[in-house]
Amino acid sequence: MSKVIEKVLHFPSLRQKSLNTATRYFLMILFAFLIFGLILFVSGKDPIQSYKDMFRATFGSAYGFSEVIVAMTPMLITAIAVAIPARIGLINVGVEGQLYIGALFATWGALTFPNLPAWILLPGMVFLGMIGGGLWAFIPGFLKSIGLVNETITSLLLNSVAPSINSFFIFGFWHSARDTNITPNFVSAARLPTFFGTRVDLSFIFALGLLMLFWLFMKYTRWGLEMRAIGGNPQAARRNGIPLQLYIVIIMVIGGGMAGLAGMSQASGYYGLLLANFSNGLGFMGFLICWLAGGNPLGILLIAFVVAVITTGGNLLQLTQGLPYAVINILLAFTLFIVLARPTLFSNRKKS
Amino acid sequence: MSLLAILGVISSAIFSGTSLLYTTLGEVIGERSGIVNLGLEGILLVSASFGFAVTKTTGSPYLGILASVLAGGLMNMVFGYLVVTRRANQLASGLAVMFFGYGLSALIGKSFVGAKINPLPRYVLPGLSGLPLVYTSLFKFDFLIFLVVPVAVLIWWLLYRTRWGLGLRAVGENADTAFASGRNPQRIRYQALLLGGMLAGLGAAHLAIAYTMDWSEYMTAGRGFIAVALVIFSKWDPLRAIAGSLLFSAAVAFQLLLQSSGVQVSPFLLNTIPYLLTILVLIAWGGNRKQAAPASLGRVYAGSE
Repeated sequence: MSKVIEKVLHFPSLRQKSLNTATRYFLMILFAFLIFGLILFVSGKDPIQSYKDMFRATFGSAYGFSEVIVAMTPMLITAIAVAIPARIGLINVGVEGQLYIGALFATWGALTFPNLPAWILLPGMVFLGMIGGGLWAFIPGFLKSIGLVNETITSLLLNSVAPSINSFFIFGFWHSARDTNITPNFVSAARLPTFFGTRVDLSFIFALGLLMLFWLFMKYTRWGLEMRAIGGNPQAARRNGIPLQLYIVIIMVIGGGMAGLAGMSQASGYYGLLLANFSNGLGFMGFLICWLAGGNPLGILLIAFVVAVITTGGNLLQLTQGLPYAVINILLAFTLFIVLARPTLFSNRKKS
Repeated sequence: MSLLAILGVISSAIFSGTSLLYTTLGEVIGERSGIVNLGLEGILLVSASFGFAVTKTTGSPYLGILASVLAGGLMNMVFGYLVVTRRANQLASGLAVMFFGYGLSALIGKSFVGAKINPLPRYVLPGLSGLPLVYTSLFKFDFLIFLVVPVAVLIWWLLYRTRWGLGLRAVGENADTAFASGRNPQRIRYQALLLGGMLAGLGAAHLAIAYTMDWSEYMTAGRGFIAVALVIFSKWDPLRAIAGSLLFSAAVAFQLLLQSSGVQVSPFLLNTIPYLLTILVLIAWGGNRKQAAPASLGRVYAGSE
């Protein structure tokens, strides 16, 4: 009997160390929930009921779980939008802005060609969304490649410009008859198809596919290798004949294109229209998720899932407990702090 | 455009630029020690909400300012624990702190939305009290405004003329070398972050208690990110930061003036002027910005075992 136990304990996946790590993680996340429960209690709410509600809203039903997937989808895509430029050492904090411009371009397509069949219109909108995001990312990418301005500062500033441009088009030209801050509903041909009566739409498949593609691309292609070389040492890469400037522009534009796709999926899938200031920090969330995961596709998936569970639960907290929605960010931040404070979670985490 | 309108632009630029400048100065200190803090937005929000709540409860704006400063310092210590002690990625930690700030400030400020407070007293600039009221009312400033330029100069002096500042800049350039020459990089970074957080708290206090005299969720509206951008804009120099934040705020005030004077351009497009202007100035100044950055900005100091 004791031999069996010993065997089980020595089973590779249950090695003492990883078991310890897992337990520690679990305990710390539990601790985060405890503190947040305490905060809820202090502000006069019932923490146990709140957690019950949150659980019910996420894992409690198939629909609840589908809502987690819905929340996770744009985060996955925006995380990829950060992860691609990060591979060559570019810091794309501009996803927030690129997302808006992508949604804007896609919406132009949806509103201008409402009579096209879905099999032309939707790919067209995807293309437009990616063009929009890519154009917005071209500005910091180009300025960086000619050594003029750091991409961080440009994209931070452009983040504040994009929502205004978005609002300009909605308020000025596209708004619906009743509301000035939203466009009319898209025709059904301009909506991404959804699955099984839930709000999960095709963009979730895009997200998974892109994650997979990103992983394969980085691992098996020449360009992936060259990108890793640039990320490791740009000057050495340049002297080895890798066209550094071209890479910077193209990679930044591809990253922006991904962000634009996320924007398109929000407009065409989630909302079915374009509204002013719709993003609420999706781009920053993607940035955070990507850096937490160290650019690792599996890590992105995992962390995006955890974040989505918490934010989806938070929606319900707002409804049932009368708390501002933003309060859920406290629980989210505690969880993120724990992941951050343990830099060894993903083995190939970047050092810088 | 009348003289009064121009003076109005200047006055409102000074008011909105003050909180921006305090925040930028705080970030200059942090980045000079090698730490970039994208979480400023959250830190500002927590400081503003806490300071506002304390002002409302105690009735004293001075206690409110103190509370803001403490909150800012404390928030930056949380960030410091992650990036200095736990050696976590600075960009991700910053954004996590930002989300933390969104949540915490919403909770603190929940019952203070729309509350009225005793504002910070304002004083007419000395020598201007003889002017008509329309002018003097534009140039009545609170003590935080009077202090902001001296504080900037003081920080310049601290960074460039003291041993502590030399050590701090050394850590920002190369933490290992600084360690080898007998400095403690981790301690210096904590000190820099504490001071930086307190300055951000001061900026938030000015925003909530002296300028808008109001609390609402997300009231900082991106100021934290603008401060990060202004640090790069001002080449990590406290004195250039004065010009940078004043210029930015003047652009904001100018576009507000255009809006109110009935220019036939969409307000949403006018909104973008300050940001585009900043980018254009950066392009015009050319590409010597990179060399000005502290060399180990954003890098994790792995310790010296």
